[in-house]
Amino acid sequence: MAEQSLSDTRPMHVATQRKAVRRIARRIGAHLLLIALSLLFALPFVWLVSTSLKPTEQLFRLPIEWIPRPFTWSNYPRALTYIPFFLYLRNTLYIALFNVAGTLISYSLVAYGFARIRWPGRNALFFVLIATLMIPYQVTLIPTFLIFRQIGWVGSFNALTWPSLTGSAFFIFLLRQFYLTIPQELSAAAKIDGASEFQIYRRIILPLSKPALAAVALFTFNANWNDLLGPLIYLNDESHYTLALGLYGFLSRVRTEWGMLMAASTVMVLPIIVLFFLTQRTFIQGITLTGIKG
Amino acid sequence: MARAPLTLEQRLRPPRRRVSPLIVRDTINGLLFVSPWIVGVLVFTVYPILASFYYSFTEYDVISSPTFVGLENYRELLTGDPLFWKSFRNTLFFAAVAIPLNLLVAVGVAMLLNLKIRGMAFYRTIFFLPSIVPEVASAMLWAWILNPQFGLANAMLRGVGVGGVGWLSDPQWSKPSLILIGLWAFGGSMVIFLAALQDIPEHLYEAADLDGANTLRKTWHVTIPMLTPTIFFNLVLGVIGAFQYFTAGFVLTQGSGNPSSSTLFYAMLIYRNAFSYFKMGYASAMAWLLFAFVFLITFVIFKTSGRWVYYEGEQN
Repeated sequence: MAEQSLSDTRPMHVATQRKAVRRIARRIGAHLLLIALSLLFALPFVWLVSTSLKPTEQLFRLPIEWIPRPFTWSNYPRALTYIPFFLYLRNTLYIALFNVAGTLISYSLVAYGFARIRWPGRNALFFVLIATLMIPYQVTLIPTFLIFRQIGWVGSFNALTWPSLTGSAFFIFLLRQFYLTIPQELSAAAKIDGASEFQIYRRIILPLSKPALAAVALFTFNANWNDLLGPLIYLNDESHYTLALGLYGFLSRVRTEWGMLMAASTVMVLPIIVLFFLTQRTFIQGITLTGIKG
Repeated sequence: MARAPLTLEQRLRPPRRRVSPLIVRDTINGLLFVSPWIVGVLVFTVYPILASFYYSFTEYDVISSPTFVGLENYRELLTGDPLFWKSFRNTLFFAAVAIPLNLLVAVGVAMLLNLKIRGMAFYRTIFFLPSIVPEVASAMLWAWILNPQFGLANAMLRGVGVGGVGWLSDPQWSKPSLILIGLWAFGGSMVIFLAALQDIPEHLYEAADLDGANTLRKTWHVTIPMLTPTIFFNLVLGVIGAFQYFTAGFVLTQGSGNPSSSTLFYAMLIYRNAFSYFKMGYASAMAWLLFAFVFLITFVIFKTSGRWVYYEGEQN
C-alpha cells in the first residue's frame, strides 16, 4: 500500500519510462511467442516437402533427418505416373472452372435482386436464404443424390457442375453484403437516364464489385479443388476422378510409400498456395466481409 | 377493448392505394433476378428436405421403391444401434473440445497479431496457410506426421524426453489427433477475429486508459465484449461444421472410423449407411436426428446470446 502511494508521487518521466520499458518487453515477448508458434505451424509444410524429396530408405531412419540425402526428385514423376495425375487435374479443373463461371453468373444476379431492388417479399425470401445456411447438408444429400440418379447424372460431371447455376446461400449473402455498400445514388442516376435494372447491374454494379466477385470465384475454386464428398458420391468411373478423390484412392493403395504420397500432396497443395499468394488481399477481404457482417 | 368508431377523416380516405406500376415492375424485376436461387432452393433444398423426411419413415434400398415402416428407423437408431450412439458421442466430444480450442487459439493469436507488431502480415500468412490446404492432402500429411514409429510428432516428443503415443492407431489418442489436425487450420477464423479487432474504435481504449485500466482489464472490459458478435458467429458456424465433420476422419481411416470405431463420426456413419449399405431410409432418419440436434443447439446459442453478445449501438 505504502509503495503504491510512493510511486504515485514520483516524477512523471520515471513512470513513462517504466511504461515504455514494459511495452518493449511485451513486444519482445509477443514476438518470441509468435516466432515459436509460427515455426510450429510451418513445420508440417517443411516436413511435407522434405519427405517428398527423400529416398525411401531415409524415411525409415531414426533419428529423423530433415535434409533429403540424396535429393530424390524421382518421387514426383513416380507419383504422377502411378496415378493418371494429369487426367485428374483436367477433371478437377473442368469441375472447378465450371463452378466458378456458374457461380459468378448466377450468384451475382441473385444478390442484385436481394440488394438493389426493393420489392414486397424480398426480406422474407432473404430470411429463407439465411435459414438454409443452417441446414446440415446431410439432410438434403440423399434426395439430391436420388434426383441425379433418376435423371442419369450419377457417374458424370453434371451433378457436380450444373447445380452451381442455382446459387449457394453463403456466396449470395457475401455478394449482397458487398452490393449494399455501393451508394444507391449511382443506381438512381442511371435510372433517370433510362437504364433498365439489367443495365444497371451490368454497367454499374458488376464493375464495382470486382473484389467481391474475385473472392467468390476464389472460394468456389478452392472448395471444388478440395471437395472429396461430392466426387466420392457422384463419380464412379476412375477416368472421371478428381485430384482429391484420386489422392484418396492413392493413399489406400500405397499406404507406406510416403515419399510418393507426399510428392502427390505437394503437387495438390502447391497451386492453392500459389493462388493464395497471387490473390492474398482478395482472399482476406472476402473472409472478413462475411465474417464480420454476419 | 371495443373498436373506436371511424373518424370522419378515416371515412373520407380513399379505400386503398392502388398498387403502383412501379412496385409491380420492381417485383417482377426482383423475382427475375433471384429466380435462379428460387429454382435452386425448391429443387435442392425444399424438395429434398420433405423427401428425406418422408424417406426417414421408410425402408428404401434405391432399387425397389420405398416401403413405409413408421418410426421403425428411429426406434432402431435410438435403441438398437450401438454405432449410432458411438458416432454421436464421438462427434459430441469432437465438437466440445475442438470448437472452444479453436476459438481460444484464434482469438489469442489474433490478439497477439493486433499488438501492431512488425511482420504482422508475415505471421498472418503463416497461420492462415494451413487453412487453405485441401483436407485430403492435409489428412495424408498428418497421417505421416503422426506415424507412431517414424513420424515427426513422436520424434519431437522423444526429443523433449516424453515417450511417443500411438496417435491415430490408439483409440485413446485418435480423436485428440483429429482435433490437433483441425487446430492446424485455425487460421480462417483467426483472420476474421483479426479484422474484428482492427475494427474496435481506438477511443474506447483511450477512455479505458484515462480510467487507469491495465492491459488485462482493457482486454476483459473492452476487447472481449467488442469481439462477442464475432465469437458468436464463429461459434454457430463451428457447431454446424463440427456435426458435419467428415473428410479428414474419412480419409485417415478409409471410412472405417477405426481403431474400434473411435473416429467414426456422425456424418461418416450416415455416408456408410446411405452409400455403402444403401439404407437410404435409415440414413435419412439419421440425417433428421442430426438436423434436430443441431437446430436445438443453435437455438440455445441464439437464445442465450442476448446475455453475452454485445452489439454496439444497440439500446437494451
